[in-house]
Amino acid sequence: MKKKTFLHFSLAVAFSLVAVMAKSQTADDAIMMGKKQWCNGLTYMYSGWKNYWEGTLKRDNKNLGTVSTQSVMFMSTYGITNKLNAIVSVPYIWTHASAGTLHGLKGFQDIEMDIKYQFFGTQFGKNSHLLLFAVGGLSTPLQKYENDFLPMSIGLGSTNLSGRLTADYQNGIFFATGSSAFVWRSDITIDRTSYYTDQIHYTNKVDMPNQLHSNLFVGIRKPNLIIQAQLLNMYTFGGFDIRRNDMPFASNQMNMTSLGGHVKYFFPFLPNLAIVADADFTIAGRNVGQSQMYSGGLYYVVSL
Amino acid sequence: MKNIFYSLTGLIGLMLFTSACQKDVSNRTSNLPALQSSNLDLNAGTWKPVLLSRPDSFAVAAPVATTSPLYTADLFEIKALQKSLTRDQENSIKYWAAGGVMRWNEIMRGLVAKYNLPVVAGTDGTYAIPNTANPLAYPLFPFTNPPYAARAYAYISAAQYDALLACWFYKTKYNRAAPYNFDSSVSAKFVNKTVLPSYPSEAAVLAGVTAEMMKLLFPGEIGNIQNIAIQQEQAAIMSGAATRADVTAGEALGRQVAEMFIARARGDNAGKAVGTPTDWANFVDVTKSQGLIPWISLESPQRPPMLPLFSKVKPFLFDSATVVSLRPDPPPAVGSDQMNKDVAEVKQYVNNVTRKNIGIVEFWADGVGTYTPPGHWNAIAAEDFINQNYSEVRWARNLALLNMTEMDAAIVCWDVKYHYFNARPSQVDPSIKTLTGIPNFPAYISGHSTFSGAAATILGYLVPENASKYAAMAEEAGLSRLVGGIHYRTDCEVGLSVGNKIGGYAILKAQNDGAN
Repeated sequence: MKKKTFLHFSLAVAFSLVAVMAKSQTADDAIMMGKKQWCNGLTYMYSGWKNYWEGTLKRDNKNLGTVSTQSVMFMSTYGITNKLNAIVSVPYIWTHASAGTLHGLKGFQDIEMDIKYQFFGTQFGKNSHLLLFAVGGLSTPLQKYENDFLPMSIGLGSTNLSGRLTADYQNGIFFATGSSAFVWRSDITIDRTSYYTDQIHYTNKVDMPNQLHSNLFVGIRKPNLIIQAQLLNMYTFGGFDIRRNDMPFASNQMNMTSLGGHVKYFFPFLPNLAIVADADFTIAGRNVGQSQMYSGGLYYVVSL
Repeated sequence: MKNIFYSLTGLIGLMLFTSACQKDVSNRTSNLPALQSSNLDLNAGTWKPVLLSRPDSFAVAAPVATTSPLYTADLFEIKALQKSLTRDQENSIKYWAAGGVMRWNEIMRGLVAKYNLPVVAGTDGTYAIPNTANPLAYPLFPFTNPPYAARAYAYISAAQYDALLACWFYKTKYNRAAPYNFDSSVSAKFVNKTVLPSYPSEAAVLAGVTAEMMKLLFPGEIGNIQNIAIQQEQAAIMSGAATRADVTAGEALGRQVAEMFIARARGDNAGKAVGTPTDWANFVDVTKSQGLIPWISLESPQRPPMLPLFSKVKPFLFDSATVVSLRPDPPPAVGSDQMNKDVAEVKQYVNNVTRKNIGIVEFWADGVGTYTPPGHWNAIAAEDFINQNYSEVRWARNLALLNMTEMDAAIVCWDVKYHYFNARPSQVDPSIKTLTGIPNFPAYISGHSTFSGAAATILGYLVPENASKYAAMAEEAGLSRLVGGIHYRTDCEVGLSVGNKIGGYAILKAQNDGAN
C-alpha cells in the first residue's frame, strides 16, 4: 500500500447556526500520517449566514444581519504507526452580527482529540485499493464559555464522544471517501435555572440530542495534490424546532447539508509544506444558518 | 498496537452503550415529597380577601349526610380507584400532592414562557397585534411580555387566594372529615393525612378557579388546562383526600370566584394598553416638546413600543393616583454630564465582557421565550416556599401578595418609562453592543430592577430569614441590565428603589389581612 505523506484537512467549521462544528475533519478522511511523522497546522476560517432556518422555515433577520463566525485553529497530527494516527485540534473563535445590537463573543472553544486506525486495506490490481478506518474522538470545552446566548455563543458546551467508520476507494488518481460518525453529546449546563423547549424545564441542565455526521468526498488524489468535491451532512436525533421568532437554543434539532470543495497542494520546492483551502455552501438545513464557509490553512510535516 | 486497537474498540463500544442509556435531565421539583403543612390555617376563612366582599359571597350548599347513600357511593368510588391504581395515576397523585398552588404556578410559568414571543414583522414592515378573539391564529394571543405576564400571574394568584379563602370558610363551617379519616378502608395514598375538612375540596377549588381564569388569560389553552384541572381533581379523589361531591362543590366555588376576577380584568384597562399609532406618536411629540431626545425602537423594522398604556391598568395594592405619586425624578438628559458618565460606564462594561458578568446577564435575562422577570421571582419564591411547609391557602396568599406586587410594579414602571420616554444606551451610542436583547420600550426605570426590588421586599417580609438573600438577588438582577449594556446605572438604582416602595404597600396589605 502506498504510504501517504501528507494530510488532508478539510475544516468544516461553523456548519450551523453556531460554531458547533468547529472541529478537525481530519478524522473523517482517509489520509494517514506515516509512522513518526508529525504534522502541525493553522487554519483560518470564515463562515457567515444571512438566512437561517427557524425550524423548517427559511428566513432572514434584520436584527442580526449577517452572523459570522471566524476562527483560527491549531491542529496537530502524529503518526504513531502507519495505520494509527492521533489528532488534536484547538480552535479560537469569534462571532459577530452585522446588524442589530447583539454583542459578539470570542474565546477558545473545544479541544478535539481523535484516534484514527486503519483496520482494513486491500489492493485491486496495481492502481486501486479499498481502505477502512475506525476513529474514536473526544471533544470537550477548554473553558466554560457562555453557551446560552445563541447565535452569538462560540459553542454549545457539550462534551462529545464520537465513533466513526470511513471507507476509501481509490482507482488511479480518482478516489471516493465515505464516512459517518455517531456523536454522543453530554448534557450541558446553562446559566439559567429554567428554559422552554417544547415544554418548560425547571433545571439548568439541558439534554443534548445525539448526532450523526457524515461526509462524502469525490475527487482526484495525487502525492502532492488533492482536489475534491465534498458533501457534508449533520443530523440530530431529536431536539426541537426554534419557534416562530424565538431565539435558537443549544438543544435545537440542528440538521444541515452542505456542498463544497477542498484543495490541498504541496509545494515542489518545499515538500513538507501544504496549503489547503475549503469552501462549503449550505444547501439544506433545519434550525441552522445557511452558511457560506471559506477556510485556508498551512501545514508543515516533519519526520521525527 | 493491538492494545490500542482494543482500546479504540472499547471506546466506541462504551460510547454506543452510553448512548443507549437514557440521558436524564429532570426538574428540580419532579420528586417533591407530599405537602406537609405545619399549620392548616383553619382560620383562613376569616382572612381578608382581595376582591370578595365576604368569604361566603358565593353560597356552597351543605354536603349530604355521611349516612346518605350518595356519600357511601362516593366512598366506593375512592375505594375502587385505590384498589387498582396504575403507575400513571400514582405519579399524578404524587405530582399534585406536593402542592396544588405550587403546581399551577409552575404550569402558569410554562404558559408564559410558551407565549412570550414577539410577533415577527410582516412583509410591509408592520407588526400584527395578537387578537384575543382568534388566539390560535398567528400572532398567537397572548404575547406574554413582562407586563402581560405580571398581570396574568397576579389575577391567577389573587383569584386562587380568594377562592381558597372561601373554601377554607366552608371547610370549617361544614367540618366534613376527609374520606381517609372517615372510613378506615380508605387510605391516604401518597398524601399526608391531616384533619383539614374535605368539603369543598381545595384541589377542586384550585382546578376550577384556575381553569376559569385561564379562559381569559390563555384562551388558546382551554383544552389543555381543562385536562390538567380534571387530573388534579381525580388525583384528589384517588388520594383519599376528597370525595366526588367535595370536588364538584369545590370546582363550582372556584369558577364562581374566578368570574369576579374576570369581570375586574375586563375593566382594568389592560385591553387598551397597546395604544394606537396616535398614542405612539404623541409620546415622541411630548418628549421633543420638552427639548429631550425621544426613545426610538432599535428593532428593524421599528416596532411600536410595548404596551405604552399599561400605566393606566388598575392596580391591586393602591389607586391610580398613587401610581403617579410613585414617579421618580426625571432621568439625566441625553448630553448632560451625568448621562455622559452613565453611557461611558455602560460602554466600559460591554467593551470588557467577563465570564462572570455574562453569566449574570443570561441568568437574569428572562427575555424572549422565558417566564419573564415576574415569573423568575415566582420561581425563586416557590422554591423557597416549598421549604416553608405552608398550607395551600397560605401558599396562595403569599403568591397573591407577590404577584399583585409584581403587577403593580409593572404598572408603575411602565408609567415612568412612558412618562420620560428616554433612550436606551445603544440609541445614545450605537457602538454599544448588548449581551442580551434590547427590550422594546424606554430605559428609565429598569423593569428588572423595579420587579426585583418589589419582589425582594415582599418576599423578605414573608420569609424573613431570606430577606438579605432576596435583596442581594434584586441588586444583581438590576446590575445584570447594566453590565449587559441595555440600561444605565441610574435606571437600575432608581428602579430598585421604586420597586422597594411598591413592595412596601404589599407588606402593609400582608400585615392587615389577618393571616399573621
